[in-house]
Amino acid sequence: MTTRTLQVDALARVEGEGALYVKLNGDEIETVEFRIFEPPRFFEAFMRGRDAHEAPDITSRICGICPIAYVMGASHAMEQALCIEVTRPIRDLRRMIYCGEWIQSHVLHAAMLHAPDFLNLHDAMAIAKVEPELVKTALRLKKLGNTLMEVIGGRSVHPVNTRVGGFYKAPSAKAIADLIPELEWGVQAAGEVARGFAKFEFPDDEDDYVFVSLKHPELYPIDEGRIVSNTGLDIAVDEYPDHFFETHVARSNALHGHMKDGPPYLTGPLARYANNFGQLSDTAKQTAEDCGLGPVVTNPFQSILVRMVEVQYAIEEALRLARAYRPFTPAFIDAPPRAGTGHGCTEAPRGICYHRYSIDADARITDASIVPPTSQNQPQIEVDLTRVVRRYMDLPDDDLRWRCEQTIRNYDPCISCATHFLKLTVERT
Amino acid sequence: MTRPKLAVWKFASCDGCQLTLLDCEDELLALAEAVEISQFLEATSEIKDGPYDISLVEGSITTDHDLHRIREVRAQSEVLIAIGACATAGGIQALRNFADVDGYTNTVYAHPDYIETLEHSHAIADHVQVDMELRGCPVSKSQLIELITATLAARKPHIPNVSQCVECKRAETACVMVSQGIPCMGPVTQAGCGNLCPKIGRGCYGCFGPVEHANTAALSAEFARLGLSETQTRDKYRYFNAAAPAFANAGDRA
Repeated sequence: MTTRTLQVDALARVEGEGALYVKLNGDEIETVEFRIFEPPRFFEAFMRGRDAHEAPDITSRICGICPIAYVMGASHAMEQALCIEVTRPIRDLRRMIYCGEWIQSHVLHAAMLHAPDFLNLHDAMAIAKVEPELVKTALRLKKLGNTLMEVIGGRSVHPVNTRVGGFYKAPSAKAIADLIPELEWGVQAAGEVARGFAKFEFPDDEDDYVFVSLKHPELYPIDEGRIVSNTGLDIAVDEYPDHFFETHVARSNALHGHMKDGPPYLTGPLARYANNFGQLSDTAKQTAEDCGLGPVVTNPFQSILVRMVEVQYAIEEALRLARAYRPFTPAFIDAPPRAGTGHGCTEAPRGICYHRYSIDADARITDASIVPPTSQNQPQIEVDLTRVVRRYMDLPDDDLRWRCEQTIRNYDPCISCATHFLKLTVERT
Repeated sequence: MTRPKLAVWKFASCDGCQLTLLDCEDELLALAEAVEISQFLEATSEIKDGPYDISLVEGSITTDHDLHRIREVRAQSEVLIAIGACATAGGIQALRNFADVDGYTNTVYAHPDYIETLEHSHAIADHVQVDMELRGCPVSKSQLIELITATLAARKPHIPNVSQCVECKRAETACVMVSQGIPCMGPVTQAGCGNLCPKIGRGCYGCFGPVEHANTAALSAEFARLGLSETQTRDKYRYFNAAAPAFANAGDRA
């Protein structure tokens, strides 16, 4: 077990206002700090005493951009605690709605928040003035992701149809079939956007990353799998506390995630891609090749391309699942209350998101712990910043600030940080 | 003609209500033409100084720093609109209002001395004058567009303040509480979500907050008749709008 007191206030960690402090002394870098000062919201604390079945809805409010990651992590954990085995159709529909979340979250970040960095523009509205078709295509792709979430989940921000054990109601065959034409368009469109972004000029940078992601025997990991790394880690989800822990540093309201006896690591698109390239579809592999990407990408500035490759994969995957879809009953599997502990871990758009809950005989939560991807990536973000500052310290302050902001946005760390709310103070002595 | 200046502000929240604005994919570019987006950190790094004609405020006030910040926002805004359950009722994080916050920091963080937080999570209107409020966790996309459009046209927005029950009747959704015995917050909850939960056979969980003149006593009695324990009834009110006065009082009485 990890140290008891090292837990995560999930909200503060996923969404936050970020700041950066860099101190240089001549050519020496004295301090590089990535700070998150989003006010804490205390999810783990106020979940104590609540019913196990409320965990997916409550934790979805940690993040309005990736609510499904929380719904699924909490549901899996509670299902393990309550000894619920869900059926194949439930798993498939869960994977389909998760594809919707990947599509809308990745396109939001890649096209609207990250792309402006490469074009020296402030926002997507400015891109729309010079590349109107690109922005229209991106918005249509984003809408496709949201539509998937609405059709399956009832709404795209904080869906209502998901629950412990499955769904309240399986969508009609027609509702899912109606998605198919737009999904077919999306596969091609996502490839075009990826190839368009591949023309950007990417700053030189690379690192010998430790990549941590899920891995599944048959599928590119989204909703299930074992936790693996490119350095030999291969564990079941419920072994997570034996291998990872969190620490609290004064500069951040988000706990920092670490691997025991290991260096900082990266979770998210670059890690999923490197650890699971072979399980991408042929179309997605071709798009990666067209974009000049090998099976491992070590330049974090190219994460925007990997995100678009994943968007294309997610659309193709949703299309496959939509074509095979048949309405099913029961829509969820129920079980009587019992005491237990459960773990859940899925691939949020930003990386692995781990949940653990203990519940009592009445299925009331006695203990909760959530480790979102942004917590885990914070130490690696600081490593990246140090490397980038060292390499580009000759740039004027404004350019160095832009480059540092971009370095942080490579991680899509949280919406506030990822959208240019970064204060860089460079102190030169 | 100069375009009205629109600002979007975030306090303690999940970003979901701001995201709802970015999720208006069909209207976003037209909106960016109709107003001058002057401050919207979720979407742009271009920041223009106030004063602002319209400020949309997401999130609740939970720190001393944010308390000062919301006063600044108010001072710079002609019209201030609170959007979503956090801004209008303190949000899910207002569950802290019913507990001991010192205990919370110890539970979640290793070093409680690093954390600065107020004891309670408050709605925006608890601290500054709010001109309009839009309910929901999250807000509804169509209501958000209606609110912005109406404000730009200087007319009253069409935001119905009836209960979820009215929405179910209009949509001809069978009552889940009467027909299936499923506990439902619909009778005391404001309409606006689009009847989402009852139409999939789920009881409303109150994410649009209390409707005016909510008869919570009658609903709590019905919950008891359906077999809910006092804790279960209290938890129905203590959810995403826990600190909205009507729900806070009903929770205390349960």
